[in-house]
Amino acid sequence: MTEILSSQVVSGLATGCVYALIALGFVLIFKATDVVNFAQGEFVMVSGFISYTLLIGLGIHYGLVLLATIVLSGVMGVVLERVVVRPIMDAPIFSIVIATIGASIVLRSSAGILYGYDVLPLPTIFSKDPIRVGFVQFTAMDAGVIGFSLVIMVALYLFFKLTRTGTAMRATAQSQTAARLMGVSVTRIFSLTWAISAAIGGVAGVLIAPIIYLDPNLGFIGVKAFAGAILGGFGSIPGAIVGGMLLGVIENLSGYFFNAGIKQVSTYILLILVLVIRPAGLFGAAPIRKV
Amino acid sequence: MFEKMLRLNNIQVIYSDVILVLKGLSLEVAEGQIVALLGANGAGKTTTLKAISGLLKTEDGRVTDGGIEFMERRIDGLDPEDICRRGIVQVMEGRKVLETLTVEENLKIGAYTRRDADGVQRDLRMIYDYFPVLVARRHAVAGYLSGGEQQMLVIGRALMARPKLLLLDEPSLGLAPLLVREIFDIIRKIKDEQGTTFLLVEQNAQIALSIADYGYIMENGRIVFDGPAAKLRGNQDVREFYLGLSEAGRRKSFKDVKFYKRRKRWAF
Ligand SMILES: Nc1ncnc2c1ncn2[C@@H]1O[C@H](COP(=O)(O)OP(=O)(O)O)[C@@H](O)[C@H]1O
Ligand SMILES: [Mg+2]
Repeated sequence: MTEILSSQVVSGLATGCVYALIALGFVLIFKATDVVNFAQGEFVMVSGFISYTLLIGLGIHYGLVLLATIVLSGVMGVVLERVVVRPIMDAPIFSIVIATIGASIVLRSSAGILYGYDVLPLPTIFSKDPIRVGFVQFTAMDAGVIGFSLVIMVALYLFFKLTRTGTAMRATAQSQTAARLMGVSVTRIFSLTWAISAAIGGVAGVLIAPIIYLDPNLGFIGVKAFAGAILGGFGSIPGAIVGGMLLGVIENLSGYFFNAGIKQVSTYILLILVLVIRPAGLFGAAPIRKV
Repeated sequence: MFEKMLRLNNIQVIYSDVILVLKGLSLEVAEGQIVALLGANGAGKTTTLKAISGLLKTEDGRVTDGGIEFMERRIDGLDPEDICRRGIVQVMEGRKVLETLTVEENLKIGAYTRRDADGVQRDLRMIYDYFPVLVARRHAVAGYLSGGEQQMLVIGRALMARPKLLLLDEPSLGLAPLLVREIFDIIRKIKDEQGTTFLLVEQNAQIALSIADYGYIMENGRIVFDGPAAKLRGNQDVREFYLGLSEAGRRKSFKDVKFYKRRKRWAF
């Protein structure tokens, strides 16, 4: 009983970590550019296909594939920003958001045309055999996904906190005008933000595709991650992480305690509940007031 | 004689293609000086600074006539980040600190364009020497500082770029008189010790002229009067209209004063 329950929690946490990574991508772009990028889930899907092609098609070593996927996904983010978003940056935000939805449809259809709509198996280096530590039972895959996600999150935190470029990105998110007056090129920061968001999406793709499935509709995972971001308080980085993780765990548990149907809607029920009780989300940014 | 570092030659500025704000404004800033740009609310002082720093562009404004030269090169039309890299840093009005960053992060972002890590560390210590109240708050989030501390922080942040020319927009706004005095004395000290050139925009003419070397008075998008600060301080009309020393207490336009028009060249 406890073994099963604990394994449900841990595997939920693993999926939740992936939601958290995707949610981070949403929030980073939103904070920097005020745009909600609805093609965020497609970064996950495309990178799944990229790693499938490199791994199965070209037979490249897993570690190299991981690295290449992250880089290529980052490049995809830069290209998307340059081609779809930047030319209409002066248009109302709403138009830009619609353009990202358009981009997501194009990416999904392209994947369908190239790879078809059958589910493809994406291999993983992690074993799915259960491991027991005390009362807790989990798989190496769960542990690997959680560990890898946490490494990415810590790396991001250190990047934003300690590096000159990371600080410039935070400054830009706060005031583009102030940043430009200090010599920061906002266009370059935007490019970089899209690159990082897409690269994180790439990591998410490599981690999640072996767990759920790989087909052109994998991008819809973005909707759940988006819900996670709202749950945590959209625009908050800790919120995206906690919201994503929470969503993964609750989704899994409701599947365990109730049924698969409830599992599918549980995230949305939770989301509505949270928004009714705390409209700004769990970590909703309260504006700084002077003491 | 000081080299003229900045020259605005008869510039016209228009917002959104229709709103004419600067109507042929000329001014010069000599290297190593504090030049005050004075005038009532709405005269176009901030617009003048934005024209110099390039911010104008981001607000749908343009220099449509005349030109801006910095160290003998045209800068009008450049992006703000490029103008910053040439050595001009603007401190916006309203103490625009980066609220969620710490005091020290704010200062460090000021040095974004610099590659000399040692120099940056040295300047960081220098800023803390000029503004000792910031030392205790260095790891505090800037949004929680008091108004005076925030004003010191934004000036310090601009200095971290080692600017050749610092544009200051109404640093006295909303601060208690004693604090204003303290900040202006520090500005003067920085100018004397670091050789930084300042273009200082103020509505508070009295305090500005107390530290400035030269002053311009603008009204309705034009310069109407200028001269060495000492001379402006002593001038009857300036005293009356801008230093709040009028007995009648009325606030007429400077241009209405006939006697001034007759002697228009007098101040040059
Ligand atoms: N972005 C803008 N668009 C249109 N008009 C503007 C803009 N900024 C300022 N103005 C107008 O230009 C005039 C001068 O403003 P400003 O330069 O801010 O004056 P000051 O700083 O001397 O108070 C005002 O009438 C103001 O309404
Ligand atoms: Mg102003």
